This record gives sequence, structure tokens and C-alpha cells, in this order.
Amino acid sequence: MNEQWTVGDKTLTSRLFVGTGKFSDHQVMKKAILSSNAEVVTVALRRVNLNEEDPYILNDIPGHVQLMPNTSGARNAEEAIRIARLAKASGLGNWIKIEVIPDQKYLLPDNYETIKATKALVQEGFEVFPYMNPDLLAGKALQDAGAAAVMPLGAPIGSNRGIRLKEMIQIMIDELEVPIIVDAGIGRPSDAAEAMEMGADAVLVNTAIATAKNPVQMAQAFHEAVVAGRRGYVAGIGPTSQMANASSPLTGFLHSSN
Amino acid sequence: MSFFDVYTDLKHLPFEEMFMQIQPADVEQVLARTRPLHHEDFLVLLSPAAEGYLEEMAQKAHQLTVQHFGRTMQLFLPLYISDYCVNKCKYCSFSFDHVFPRTKLTLDDIEKEAKAIKDKGIEHIILLTGESRIHAPVEYLNEATQLLANYFSSISLEVQPLQTEEYKTLIRSGCDGLTVYQEVYNENIYKDIHVKGPKRNYRFRLDTPERGCMAGMRSVNIGALLGLDDWRKEVFFTGVHAQYLQKKYLDTEISVSFPRLKPHLGSFQPNVHVTDRNLVQSILAYRLFMPRSGITLSTRESPQLRNHLIPLGVTKMSAESSTTVGGYAKASSGKNSQFELSDGRSVEEIKQLLKEKGYWPVIKDWEMLSEEIW
Repeated sequence: MNEQWTVGDKTLTSRLFVGTGKFSDHQVMKKAILSSNAEVVTVALRRVNLNEEDPYILNDIPGHVQLMPNTSGARNAEEAIRIARLAKASGLGNWIKIEVIPDQKYLLPDNYETIKATKALVQEGFEVFPYMNPDLLAGKALQDAGAAAVMPLGAPIGSNRGIRLKEMIQIMIDELEVPIIVDAGIGRPSDAAEAMEMGADAVLVNTAIATAKNPVQMAQAFHEAVVAGRRGYVAGIGPTSQMANASSPLTGFLHSSN
Repeated sequence: MSFFDVYTDLKHLPFEEMFMQIQPADVEQVLARTRPLHHEDFLVLLSPAAEGYLEEMAQKAHQLTVQHFGRTMQLFLPLYISDYCVNKCKYCSFSFDHVFPRTKLTLDDIEKEAKAIKDKGIEHIILLTGESRIHAPVEYLNEATQLLANYFSSISLEVQPLQTEEYKTLIRSGCDGLTVYQEVYNENIYKDIHVKGPKRNYRFRLDTPERGCMAGMRSVNIGALLGLDDWRKEVFFTGVHAQYLQKKYLDTEISVSFPRLKPHLGSFQPNVHVTDRNLVQSILAYRLFMPRSGITLSTRESPQLRNHLIPLGVTKMSAESSTTVGGYAKASSGKNSQFELSDGRSVEEIKQLLKEKGYWPVIKDWEMLSEEIW
């Protein structure tokens, strides 16, 4: 299925974004990125050593991939803005995933500060991808601020618990114009398929791939799940019904009056 | 309200009795839990009964750590810049009653140390001094921090307890973390072993991590020196202290260390012998109690033990440390270290070991964002 879609200033084929923070080995990471078919990869700027010959993992990210630096570690809008500027000044491009996480316990994002940072960075010419708590009005504010996409969490980050916030994410998918990329909580390929069947534009997966026994194979499984979920969505999933269709309908007599 | 109030409420619990009453079935119940653990559950995991479940605890601790931190390990080094101390503490080599030539590094010396550490490929450091406002005043710490900010991505402090405003000044200079050990939570033993000096003020020290959080430190690391009192109780209070801080200061990353008392100058012997088994139980119980908290492991422990501790919940390790002032730039023979080190392997050797064990050594995990830069 080669249906293309556009996000920010890019046209993509893949609908799977991958994270890089939890791999045990950079060669494994590289192979996993390749087998995931991902075209967008997120990297924490805090981990990138900008002055060194081996700038952490940048050398091991395949060249065709769009880099999406993230502001991991930022606790407020101001820190996120500084990290974004540093990323751009260091030649990492103009895509930025905003993570403003003032909570070290559940790692939940701060929507208010995220909106502030999004407004400022869009003004500065970034393609902004805010990570957020699923909430329609916050999503609308991000859309109005000019976000390239909105990235609601499916469940607390790293929890592998699946799309727990399904209702809220569904509302965002139904109501917003901007692409919705479900990020965090996706623990297994079927969770990714579920998000895609709901009509999400893409998903971002990190923990579930990086900490799998075989990350390369898991990356491929996610690729296939995302493709299957998307195909299901495009094909038009039939409505679910609470009741079986009775073979002797109660109103059948209306049709058999002759 | 400070942690002192929490400590005051809990210190009268009949710990010995409670620990003895805990049964294997209680441990199994806590291990089956998927929701966050309470204080009582933490006691269960620290009990003698839980010693029969170390493997089950280890499996769970390993799984939780990989889930939250990935297959990664942060590396750091300590940098000692002064060993002057105004306290008399029975268990420490820097105690002022031990007569040895004391050293305080000049900024030039500090720069030499910085270069030597940088050559090892290290980006995160802890800046340490003995506890003396006279010899290591805040101005000196500020100058040192500003200099070191040119070399490193993250600088933590381990110095005498300071006031909130002083921590704020140091944060503006480029410091982002604070390490302070309570040494012992048992107030009576605390008074007994801290014989003279400002360190005798139990409450001021106990509230130090909280002052660091209030000042805006990104990370705060606490710990008890195991061997000074019943380790089960001490680890319990460490965990409850960490939980108190993490709940109240959501934006600060709270980590703990589990240092064991090491041989040092002087004749003090540990009150309690803490075995490897006890240390492992402490780490595992803490990981299950605080799944997202950092756990720091120093070179105090032997290479063999450190190798085995890596997958049990540890998230930060030091390597190739020197605990003597000026010990990186020149060989430190004849100098006095704060405690004896066990693991002398190089940064490269530790990196290699981590890779063999399936962990990625993380050298850099922060970017200085001080206002001077932006």
C-alpha cells in the first residue's frame, strides 16, 4: 500500500515514526529503523553530543530518514524553546517534537506550556510536533498555533498499556484538521493497528521496539501492523452492532402484507 | 511541613516486630501488585521473609528498569576539588581530627582535572568538596562551576549543605544536580557519630535535598551510608524520603545511592555488617517501590559485584573514579582519599562491559541551557 500523506513540509509513505532512546546497541537500532520502514526518527537533543566526532547516534541513523529532534528534559516552554533553537543551530533541521514534561513520576506533558512553546516556535519557522495529553481544546489551540501535527499520548509513556485514552483521541481525530500521531503507550503491534483503524494519521513507537527481545523483528511487526490498520481504516470498517440481526424481525409483517 | 515531620511520625513504628511478623504470603501478595506500592508494601519487600524471593524481585526490578529507562546506563565521574573539612565524623577520612596535608585546587588545577576527565570521554560530573564554608565558600563553588560548564554537559554538587538561595546562584552558574547523603536516618546514631561541626544539625541536613528541589535543581540524589544502623530501616527511610520529594517536586528527578561503609582512616567499625545479599535486597525493594527513580552505583563496590548489579535496577554508574583531590591530572600516591575504591576499571572497560551485557553507555544526557548561552 503506497498511499502517500503529507505532514509538515514532507510527503511520506510510512505512517510509523520511531524513537531511539532505549536501544542497547546502535547497530541494532539502525537495523530496527530499516526494518520498520520508518521515514521519521526522533532523537533527544540532550543525548546528542554536538561537539564530538561521534555525536551519539546521529551517525547510525540512515541518511534517507527525516530527523525529528525532541525537547526531552524540558520542564517548561522556555526550556523547550531553547532546546529547539539549539537543535536548529546545530544543523539538525527545522522539525521539532515538543516534550514539556514537568512530572518525573508519570512523565505526563504540560499542555499549557506546550501550547506556549508551539506558538513561539511556529513563529520562528519550525515544523512543530507537540506531544500532549489528549484534549480536544488543547488540540485545537495547537492546530490554531500552526502545529504540523498533534501527538496525543495513548497511555503514560513507556507503560506499554495500549490506547487507554481512546475516546479522547477519537474525538480529536474526528474534529481536528491537523494530522494526529498517536505517541506513547503503544505496547504491541495490535495497539498500533488499533490506532490506525481509528483513523490516526500515524503512530510513534519507541519502548515497545527498543526493549523487545528482538527489536529488528518487532520493528517489522509494527510496520506491518500500521499498514494493516491503515488499510482497514481506508477500506471502511463496518459498523459494530450490539445486537445480532434477528432472522425474524419484529417489523417483518410490514413487508409481507401482500 | 518537611520530611522531618514524616520521619517523626514514622520513627516510632515497632520496626523489628513488624519485620518479624511479615510472612512469605505477604511478599507474594506485594509481588503480584500492579498498582504503585505503599509504605507497608516497601517494608514487606525489605523484610527477612522477602529474602526467599530475591530472584522474583530481581526479575520484576529488571523488567521495570528496562521498561522505564531502556537498555541504557548513564556514566559519570566525581571531581574532588577540596578535602578541607570542619566536621568531626567517626566514619570518614576527611574528618578534621585526621591529620594529613589538605588540598584545595586553584581554578588552574581544576581546569587540569577537567581536561583529564574530558579525555576519558566523560560528560557528566559530580563536583565534590569536604564540608567547609571557610575553605570552599559559595563564591569558590560558583567560580569552579562556571569554569567546568565550559567542559561538561551536566554538573552536580556534593558539598556542605547550603541555603536555597545559594543553590539558586549555583544553578545560574551551570549546576543542575545535587547529591547529599543523610548518612544515617536514625537521629540518635546521627548525633553519636557526627561528633563536632555544623553537620551535627540533623534537621538542617535532612531538609537539604528539599532546599535543592525548591531552588530548581533538575536532579537530586539522596542516600544512607549503609552499616551505621539496621539497613532495613535505613533503606526504608531513604525510600520514603525519595517518595516524599518526588511527590512534592514533580519536576525534579529523584535518585538514590546505596553506599556501604568502607574502610577509611581511623578505627571506626560499622555497627551493622551489610552483606552483598542485603545490598541486593535493598536495591530491588527500592526499584519495586519507586519504578521510575534513578539508582546510582559508585566504584565503592567490587568489579564482580558491580557486574552483577547492573541489570538489577541501576541507572547510573561511575567508572575510573578518583576520590583524592587532584587525582585525575596526576598520580595520587600518598594522597588521602575519602574512602577506599574497589573497582578501578577504566571508562573504556566499563563501556565494553556494558555493551557485552546489552546496555548502551550513555555519556551525555543533558544540554546546558544557562541564560548566558541563550
